[in-house]
Amino acid sequence: MHIISLFCVPCMFLIIIAYALFKKVKIYDAFIEGAKEGLNTVISIFPPVLAILFAINMFNKSGAMDILSCIVKPFTDFIGLPYQMVPFALLRPVSGSGSLALATNLFKEFGTDSFIGRAVSTLMGSTETTFYTLSVYFGATMVKNMRHSLKCALAADFIGIILSVWITRFVFNC
Amino acid sequence: MINYIWGFLILISVICAFFTGNLDKLTSAAFDGANSSVQTLLGFAGAMIMWCGMLKIAEKSNLTKIFANLIRPLTKILFPNLKKGSAALNAISMNMIANILGLANAATPLGLKAMCELEKINSDKHTASDEMCMFVVLNTASIQLIPSTLIAIRASMGSQNPAEIILPVWITSIITAIFAIAITKMYSKSILERRL
Repeated sequence: MHIISLFCVPCMFLIIIAYALFKKVKIYDAFIEGAKEGLNTVISIFPPVLAILFAINMFNKSGAMDILSCIVKPFTDFIGLPYQMVPFALLRPVSGSGSLALATNLFKEFGTDSFIGRAVSTLMGSTETTFYTLSVYFGATMVKNMRHSLKCALAADFIGIILSVWITRFVFNC
Repeated sequence: MINYIWGFLILISVICAFFTGNLDKLTSAAFDGANSSVQTLLGFAGAMIMWCGMLKIAEKSNLTKIFANLIRPLTKILFPNLKKGSAALNAISMNMIANILGLANAATPLGLKAMCELEKINSDKHTASDEMCMFVVLNTASIQLIPSTLIAIRASMGSQNPAEIILPVWITSIITAIFAIAITKMYSKSILERRL
């Protein structure tokens, strides 16, 4: 499996360049043209990324996240989510670096091969940082009204949280 | 909606910090957050610009079309209104392939490229189209063959078998993705009209 990920990127370079040369494309000019477009995209997504990371960081450090964890605890108990995982599950859709830090702490405290360690791994592997993705993707366009996308993405995250606990329990029989 | 969520996050943070006595932490968190966004962006800006250049080459040689045809059966269901061979569909297909292969550095630039192409054919520039919503929701549901970053972290934290979580990750992400697709489809314009 490691070999696949090792060869993936070099193979893509090889295929892209070799095929383009075969088709007689001016590869250097094309690369520069694409890179210029890429630079413009980077500049246009910068403000939304800053807006989101700045607000999320304040929310996390102000103690608001801890209070929110307490509020939702009766509900998370009901769906079988261990309470030690609640801050991680709440932070997962909003901050990649923040949830990674919490996951590392849980790994240290309970071990990667404990039930909590495995459930955290499953949740981390099967969901994305929704808010960040949305702000970056829509930041590249002029869209102001995202319609149902946030609702649907968060609903999917919610299902992901429940499933990651249940499926970990089912697969590892614990 | 994002206006309310963003405003809510900031207001609640300030109020909480005031009552818990974390006001000094809040101030530093605000600046840290802003600064870390520069690091995040600079962290992938180079890779992003490089992949956009590579993609342009692939586009000019029509290689993207070949890739797009590979997963056409899937994109036909997800994006029934996009024409075969359109620039938007090609970029979407490349993004999906990069996601499945776990090439996060490549998937984001390809995805942004796809969003720009979708914006070009969007009738109302300020409102997301059905295709945009579906595409963004798909990208928030992480679908990958090998969660390599996660396995690397588990290995570094002393796991006996770091790759053992692949199976539960697969099951969870497949069910979550199907759910995400179904619920997004329910909100699409054609289905909403049929319901009325």
